[in-house]
Amino acid sequence: MEPTTAHKEHAELAETFNKDEARVDWHDETLWWVRQKRDKMAWSLPEWEDLRETASQIKFNVLGNLHDYLLEFEKNAQLNGATVHWAADAKEHNEIVLKLLKEQGVQRMVKSKSMLTEECHLNPFLAEHGIDVIDTDLGERIVQLAKEPPSHIVLPCIHKKKEEIGDLFHIHLGTPAGNADPKFLTAAARLHLRKEFIQSRVAITGVNFAVAETGEMVVCTNEGNADMGAHLADVHIACMGIEKIIPQRKHLGVFLRLLARSATGQPITTYSSHFRKPRKGQQLHIVLVDNGRSRQLGREEFRNSLKCIRCGACMNTCPVYRRSGGHSYHNAVAGPIGAILAPNLDMKENADLPFASTLCGSCSNVCPVKINIHEQLYKWRQVIVQEGYAKTSKKAGMQMMNMVLSRPTVFKTAGGVGRWVMRHFPGVVNNGMNPWYKQRDMPEAPKESFADWYKKNKQ
Amino acid sequence: MKVGLFIPCYIDQFYPQVGIATLSLLEKLGCEVVYPQGQTCCGQPMANSGFEHLTGGCNELFVRNFADFDYIVSPSGSCTLHIKDHLHVHDKEDAATHIRQHIYELSEFLTDVLQVKHLSARFPHKVGIHQSCHGQRGLHLAQMTELVAAPYSKPQQLLQMVEGLELIELTRKDECCGFGGTFCVFEEAVSVKMGKDRVADHEKHGAEYITGNDVSCLMHLEGILKRQQSKVKVLHIAEILNAAF
Repeated sequence: MEPTTAHKEHAELAETFNKDEARVDWHDETLWWVRQKRDKMAWSLPEWEDLRETASQIKFNVLGNLHDYLLEFEKNAQLNGATVHWAADAKEHNEIVLKLLKEQGVQRMVKSKSMLTEECHLNPFLAEHGIDVIDTDLGERIVQLAKEPPSHIVLPCIHKKKEEIGDLFHIHLGTPAGNADPKFLTAAARLHLRKEFIQSRVAITGVNFAVAETGEMVVCTNEGNADMGAHLADVHIACMGIEKIIPQRKHLGVFLRLLARSATGQPITTYSSHFRKPRKGQQLHIVLVDNGRSRQLGREEFRNSLKCIRCGACMNTCPVYRRSGGHSYHNAVAGPIGAILAPNLDMKENADLPFASTLCGSCSNVCPVKINIHEQLYKWRQVIVQEGYAKTSKKAGMQMMNMVLSRPTVFKTAGGVGRWVMRHFPGVVNNGMNPWYKQRDMPEAPKESFADWYKKNKQ
Repeated sequence: MKVGLFIPCYIDQFYPQVGIATLSLLEKLGCEVVYPQGQTCCGQPMANSGFEHLTGGCNELFVRNFADFDYIVSPSGSCTLHIKDHLHVHDKEDAATHIRQHIYELSEFLTDVLQVKHLSARFPHKVGIHQSCHGQRGLHLAQMTELVAAPYSKPQQLLQMVEGLELIELTRKDECCGFGGTFCVFEEAVSVKMGKDRVADHEKHGAEYITGNDVSCLMHLEGILKRQQSKVKVLHIAEILNAAF
């Protein structure tokens, strides 16, 4: 049976995105601008490449000793007064959060940016249980109002133009129609979010780094929204994937220097907030989530994808991502890194993603923790085919190709016949059935192949 | 020095002039070059599509054709990289290893092995280099803009030896053209958009020709240029380095 998925595949979604070429150009230029800011910042540090190597090695150590570091973190976090929860998968994570919210009897709460909660689809789960989550990261709030998922892990609404945001705010926040001034809209969002912060008794935050040595967590934001939420709430719930651990506090000196430079071309995020102890009367809950990570850890060839610090640099540099948009990846994490993480979560649903790449390798070069992303894309392709998720037509095509290319005489004959047909009956290839021909001319078919020429002239 | 000439399948079939220019150039530079008849493909189209397990036949053939040469040279960065990374034959692993270690893309063979310092070529035109990704990020034919590292470019080094040739600068020095093997048909929309943008960058800077180390990328760009009825033409680097117009 042909594998089917619940959603359209990347190629089809990307084709739809490409119907508006001016918009594709705008999207591409916007992200390229971020890539250039990243380059500028990287070049401002002569030790940049050493820093990447160091970060990669620290994460290598973490992945090799994850069990011990997690227990060390748990112990220290508990000593600090936090409650530590362990979630094997997204379902457990969501249920833990729901239970905590029910204990507090809240129907509405704030959440700062957390790709993990996106991965676990926490918002729709809580909505089903009558609890509204207000995303407080401005970009996330915008896509939330638009009822869309984020299209980028660092820049969630990068696919939206300011005019569209103005329209959304007009509808949902009552700003004047037609006002698309970013400063004005930001101020309006601030007012709107302040109300939510003040009323919210529970705040969820993500975690960028969890320090085993101290049991503290570091959350990086540009808007201070994580702090605002956590400081005003009675209960702070921090949700993190188990790979977010770093051994010691001093290692932040490596990662904080890399993260914002890689992500947005800033030397550091505006806020790098350390959460160590709950303040008096406050509860601090930390939810440690596996959700396939230990399975990925067990896949030797894909293990170091867990080094990812979610900077998004691979998306900004990816020529395919820039021209297909984050939503074409139909996964919480889009782009090249999403394409190597997603098959581990659901191979069938995400079998198309490792193919949404030219394997150009730019992603691996910008990665601050030196994940060999494009090599893993190649390896996932092999696994996906081996596991039976290739389309029957593709399989047949490849078997045919192999038959021809493994036999020099067949190759020679087929090539000769093919070129003859192309010269005499160009309509056979120059038609709508041929995806190459849709927007590109076919190469000219010469009478003589190189092998023919060589035989005639050199042998 | 016995050089085995590897002409990838699509060059053999559609761009024989690139094979001829490569052969002529290597002979001019004093190499003894042999083209083993009966070669087909490096196996990359299947491997990059997830069917590496089907490349056994191509690998066998490749080892049979090229085991006895001091060097194997090919006018394609991508195919060269594929062989370097993936050529294995169960019972002929020594021969496969020899090939993996001695296969060169043409321009790196000229700069690194032959250490060419002069060329008697003339090409009085404005030329843009499309630095194909596998040659660049895989074989390191040129420095990559993502890295904080000193710039260099082997193809550029060679093109600068050509009389009359003027190299143009591009806004995006090493952006992928979107060919990507079977990506060009399975992801047609994005592939074409990437190609159009690549072409536009060259046109904007006044290129008369786009050159590169991979005919596959050039074939893709040529398809777009022709459809747009552009005056800009593509030429493989061997055709320019061998040019005496």
